[in-house]
Amino acid sequence: MLDLREAATRLAREESGHVLALLAHRFGDLDLADECVQDALVAAAAWTTVPANPAGWLYTVAYNRAIDRLRRAAAERRRLQAASYLLALPTEEEPDMVVEHSDVGDEHLRLVLLCCHPALDRDAQVALTLRLVGGLTTAEIAAAYLVPEPTLAQRIVRAKRKIRDAGIPLSIPASLDERVDTVLAVLYLIYNEGYLSRSSQGARVDLVDEAIRLTSAVASLVPGNAEALGLLALELYGRARTSSRFAGGELVLLEHQDRTMWDAAGIEQANRALSAALALEVPGAFQLQAWIASHHANARTAAETDWSAIASAYGQLLALTPSPVVALNRAVAVAMADGAPAGLALLDGITGLDEYHLYWAARGELLARSGDPDAAAPAFRRARALATNPAEQRHLDRRIAAVSP
Amino acid sequence: MEYMLFLGEANPREPIAPTDPAFGAYMADWQAYNQKLIDGGHWIGGAQLQPIATATTIKRVAGEDTIVDGPFAETKEQLGGYYLIEAKDLDEALELAAAMPFTDAVIEVRPIQYRPQP
Repeated sequence: MLDLREAATRLAREESGHVLALLAHRFGDLDLADECVQDALVAAAAWTTVPANPAGWLYTVAYNRAIDRLRRAAAERRRLQAASYLLALPTEEEPDMVVEHSDVGDEHLRLVLLCCHPALDRDAQVALTLRLVGGLTTAEIAAAYLVPEPTLAQRIVRAKRKIRDAGIPLSIPASLDERVDTVLAVLYLIYNEGYLSRSSQGARVDLVDEAIRLTSAVASLVPGNAEALGLLALELYGRARTSSRFAGGELVLLEHQDRTMWDAAGIEQANRALSAALALEVPGAFQLQAWIASHHANARTAAETDWSAIASAYGQLLALTPSPVVALNRAVAVAMADGAPAGLALLDGITGLDEYHLYWAARGELLARSGDPDAAAPAFRRARALATNPAEQRHLDRRIAAVSP
Repeated sequence: MEYMLFLGEANPREPIAPTDPAFGAYMADWQAYNQKLIDGGHWIGGAQLQPIATATTIKRVAGEDTIVDGPFAETKEQLGGYYLIEAKDLDEALELAAAMPFTDAVIEVRPIQYRPQP
């Protein structure tokens, strides 16, 4: 019984995006395709045996359902046409039922690009991608983002309405790289949401796993795109270290994490993705972040970490995407490589992070390490006042206690 | 599909005098753009509006009209003109909108819901 349900869930997650993409292209109607795939998935939930080819089964059931609906709509139109002298409705052509064989990968990419179209707002892009490409139910997405289900359902309905009414196409644009960048930004957002909330796991869908699955799919749809592989590597490094990030509800800093808990196979997988990305020789921000993560993940002990390499990678990242948060990370890396005073000097040059708790936490940490606990305490207190995550708050409480006389 | 392109100008435009040497180039750019719309079968209509200082607004509340000086919304961008175009989908409409020879502008792209045909 459980196996059947698992098989139906796997079908939704792994195949429904492909099937939806194919049907949306065939019928030129995203809504119709989505409704029919949903109907078929409901039917799959009542399986008594798993079909030999679940994906083929899903396609056939959803396809037949779409034909049914179109026939019914056509009959309805004929009835209206019969009365059209009364209604003065324009006559419409029958939908073209000719089906041409096309490449599934292509259709899948069109669907991903549609869900992440820049004409949709970020929340809608995230919801549509998880729902239509990822095959998650509205309820699952709502639970993952801790928003009420009707809110999320409404968001999806509104986005689908805009796609239909504004004429957002299922096409592969000339400026593909730019559009893939938007897709990657959406996937990174999904990953981050999962990464940050991973401490409080319950029955929630794991957004980290979903993001990795989707990024991996996108990376294979655009094989020459180094940033897609870079993002995949970055996500894989993060997941491989995830089990050591919290202990008893408290955040464990990287240098204190138990590295034997890291997933060696996961790190290996991330290393492979990163090598493949770097081999393409098209540098990018995700690759740099993955490169930084690789230095941490591949160091057997915290002391073995190559901080000079990390500091230099942050320097490159800062040149590529100037931001005070990247500058902060670089300052910390420089402090690790060249000593706390060098890091503090860089911190002094950063503006715009007065309300960012990690800036004050880093400042406190570097002051404490340069033997100035009196200056460190107020920085930690400021960080504590700004922090919202309970695990981080507890960690800062301990730091305040440690530097206070 | 049909789309309306609303052209918002961030700064009130300084009219270029026809005697200004830049005038010829300015006009040539827009004429080339208009020709591109016509040649591609996208042109339905379009116009440049007089500056916003010429706008007059009628406000009707419960059937009662008040006539006031100025546009209906005070925004940072001012409606300076419009195009009505035919495009196969939003991507084509956005591409055509982006091809306008502006240096600074805000262009709102909205699909037409209904347009009576003559």
